[in-house]
Amino acid sequence: MLDPKKPIDIDEILKDLDKYRPKRKGWTWRKRLPEGTKIGEYEYHQVSENLKNSIPLPAAHYFGGIDPQPEVVITSEIASGRFEDDIRRMRMAAWHGADHIMVIRTLGQSHYDGLIEGTPEGVGGIPITRKQLRATRKALDLIEEEVGRPINFHSYVSGVAGPEIAVLFAEEGVNGAHQDPQYNVLYRGINPIRSFVDAAVAKRIMASVNMLQIDGAHNANASAKLAWTVMPELLVQHGINCMYSLKAGMKKEYIALSTVPPVVSPTPEFRYNLPYAVALRELFDGFRFRAQMNTRYIESDLFDATRIHVLDTLISRLTSADLQSTITPDEGRNVPWHVNSIRGVETAKHTLVALDGMKKYVKIDKNKIRAKVRELKIRAILMLEEILEMGGYFEALEQGMFVDNGYYPERLGDGIARKKDGEIAAGTVVPRDEDYMAPVCEHFGYNNLPEGIEKPCDLIGGCTLHNPDKIQFIDELDETDNVNIRLERIRNMKKRNVIKPEVEWYSDGWIQLDMTFALPEELAEAAAIALCEKLGLEEVTVIHKGVLHPAEGTYIEVKAKVPFEIEVDKLEIPKKPETLPEDEIFEFVKNNPIHVVAGTVGNDEHSVGLREILDIKHGGIEKYGIKYTYLGTSVPPEKLIDAAIETGAKAILASMIITHNDVHIQNMKKLHELAIEKGIRDKILIIAGGTQINNDLAVENGLDAGFGRGTKGIHVASFIVKKLKEKQK
Amino acid sequence: MKPRKDDYLERSKHLQKMSDDELNEYFWHLVEKVVDPLIKLAETHTSPSVERSVLLRMGFNSLEARKLVDMIFQRGLLGKGAGHIVFRIAKEKNLDVLEAGRALIEGKYWDDVDRIFKGVKNNA
Repeated sequence: MLDPKKPIDIDEILKDLDKYRPKRKGWTWRKRLPEGTKIGEYEYHQVSENLKNSIPLPAAHYFGGIDPQPEVVITSEIASGRFEDDIRRMRMAAWHGADHIMVIRTLGQSHYDGLIEGTPEGVGGIPITRKQLRATRKALDLIEEEVGRPINFHSYVSGVAGPEIAVLFAEEGVNGAHQDPQYNVLYRGINPIRSFVDAAVAKRIMASVNMLQIDGAHNANASAKLAWTVMPELLVQHGINCMYSLKAGMKKEYIALSTVPPVVSPTPEFRYNLPYAVALRELFDGFRFRAQMNTRYIESDLFDATRIHVLDTLISRLTSADLQSTITPDEGRNVPWHVNSIRGVETAKHTLVALDGMKKYVKIDKNKIRAKVRELKIRAILMLEEILEMGGYFEALEQGMFVDNGYYPERLGDGIARKKDGEIAAGTVVPRDEDYMAPVCEHFGYNNLPEGIEKPCDLIGGCTLHNPDKIQFIDELDETDNVNIRLERIRNMKKRNVIKPEVEWYSDGWIQLDMTFALPEELAEAAAIALCEKLGLEEVTVIHKGVLHPAEGTYIEVKAKVPFEIEVDKLEIPKKPETLPEDEIFEFVKNNPIHVVAGTVGNDEHSVGLREILDIKHGGIEKYGIKYTYLGTSVPPEKLIDAAIETGAKAILASMIITHNDVHIQNMKKLHELAIEKGIRDKILIIAGGTQINNDLAVENGLDAGFGRGTKGIHVASFIVKKLKEKQK
Repeated sequence: MKPRKDDYLERSKHLQKMSDDELNEYFWHLVEKVVDPLIKLAETHTSPSVERSVLLRMGFNSLEARKLVDMIFQRGLLGKGAGHIVFRIAKEKNLDVLEAGRALIEGKYWDDVDRIFKGVKNNA
């Protein structure tokens, strides 16, 4: 059992791994709740069971802290290159609502002819190995207990070792995988014959444990110059992989299409994306849909990526989706950081929940887009006709039919051509002889098994799929590159109780700073770097620039490494305001009636926080019998003082949210000085509150107390009562 | 492919009258025609990775599987099935399949392999 207050213990995860077996195999969908289910005070139509432990969306505390979980599986892609840090990220993502963890593989694994073992560090992803999978699955088994929902673990069955990786995944409880021979052929340059022969065997093994398969068609979208031109081909690629999977023995419900809304704004994107989404869902009825976010057009701007993803998710809600992918908004500038993985999950959850049940009152007028839908299907059909005329898939491939930037039947002649007998691992496929035999289960294709056996592996006393004790566990092969060496640094830091900030690896030292200079782009960039160097930061890199105006200003985001450690023992935590027992407050106020005046000061219309401190409904000071006069918003300091004198108030509660030009500090000073002028300063408590206020700041500027973010009525009531009691003495 | 202009209107004449359902059906009919020869190819062929996946399922580790398949591939016997070869040696020598495979890796019993398999006609 994990303790939510403690980090996951990687040493504990690594213990006895050779004996660990996954709790379950196969894909799990969320448990959908009936339409009209109430969560808090609100009715939902597209939600699944609540989590046991979770972190809700930022505004949840206004709505009783509810954290409704959409019925759609939410994916988080993780690629830190160190599985021990991936695991920590998975736990974060699970708490925010991800239940499909997709682990990206290290650069070059698809060209590795065989399995990798041990726990070497990866680049842009993780080397997928038995030890890495088993440790991760073991951690996920704990994390899913902690959040109270099964977590689907996912990676890639591609490259030149597909069948072996499929076996590994089936053995180790991996629940989903990308598998699409066309991906190997087009984007990994692997021999087409090898790719298809391997794929059938891999798919059959995946099917045996009900692994969910996701195809690779969306990569055409990411590769094409104008992504919308490949729409007809995408239909063809999805079709080929779906049909091939069915014929290899997969069930339709475990075959998912990876689909992407092809274009983004500034095009009128919905006019392209919506007919395409509809055409797909009509043609591929009964298959599953994994709605992928558009990555083709992601730049370094996190907000632009987020906007794209919100609109992509709107398409999912307007049509349908079984899995909603999330791409971290920082994918355009670095390997995803913790916080951006979480932001991606939040974007999907937020949008899906916001659009809950929308199809009850918003419908696509399918007649209006019918012509476009038909045209897309017909263009795809024409492409298939030509593939057959050319002699089949391999022949069409050799001539460059695929990933051409022309809108089929238009051709620009720039397609990706691959030779049937060429490319990586060419000439490695051989015909199965008449006496070919494989004494194992779930083996696709011709198999000359002896007659009269019940299952093939009876010949050898069981295979690993039926008897996991037959699996051999290899621990480490490289003494210089493994998790134990990496953990040494962390153990050492923990022993000394020091820490650094981090973005992807434990205490990796990276921080991000943002700033705006009144300089043109290039100078602003140079200024940002100079600034960070002056701050003593290292490896300064500009990760985003935004021109606010060619001459007036440039916004810059920088990442840099912090060269020092923070000693945790020496940290001082600001004291939390002390509260009196509720009974004591009730008792005092009953015998000593208290009246206060309250308002937001200056030109400030933010009243929500103050109302929460005042109103009985939110547990405000009213609850304890304290009477108040609420003067409203944008109240001048003079008016607060005058009202206090008029009503004989014992305290003034001044709320200050706006802080630019230090207007809050000026207002604090003014309240203090006016109270002196009017001769009431020693008779009245002046208290400030607001998100940027703290006690020290308020006291420095002449007030009695200041309360910041997270303050409740009881904190303020306790302070007033305590002070008044002191005065009585 | 040679560049060409979009001749959609001309090229699609024979499809324009089809109903939506007919289009969907025809799409899948064509997809199946493209896929059938590919799946046939997979049924009747094997590869080093396919054979390593068989050995893994038999209980070999990845290092053993790779060595065995390399040796079998070099001898031109992959079409027999790597698992098959190990299985036959195990049976004949009365060994566990893992023991048989490890003996083969050490260079033992290859004469027996040649005797058992070299005479059999190729191609299923």
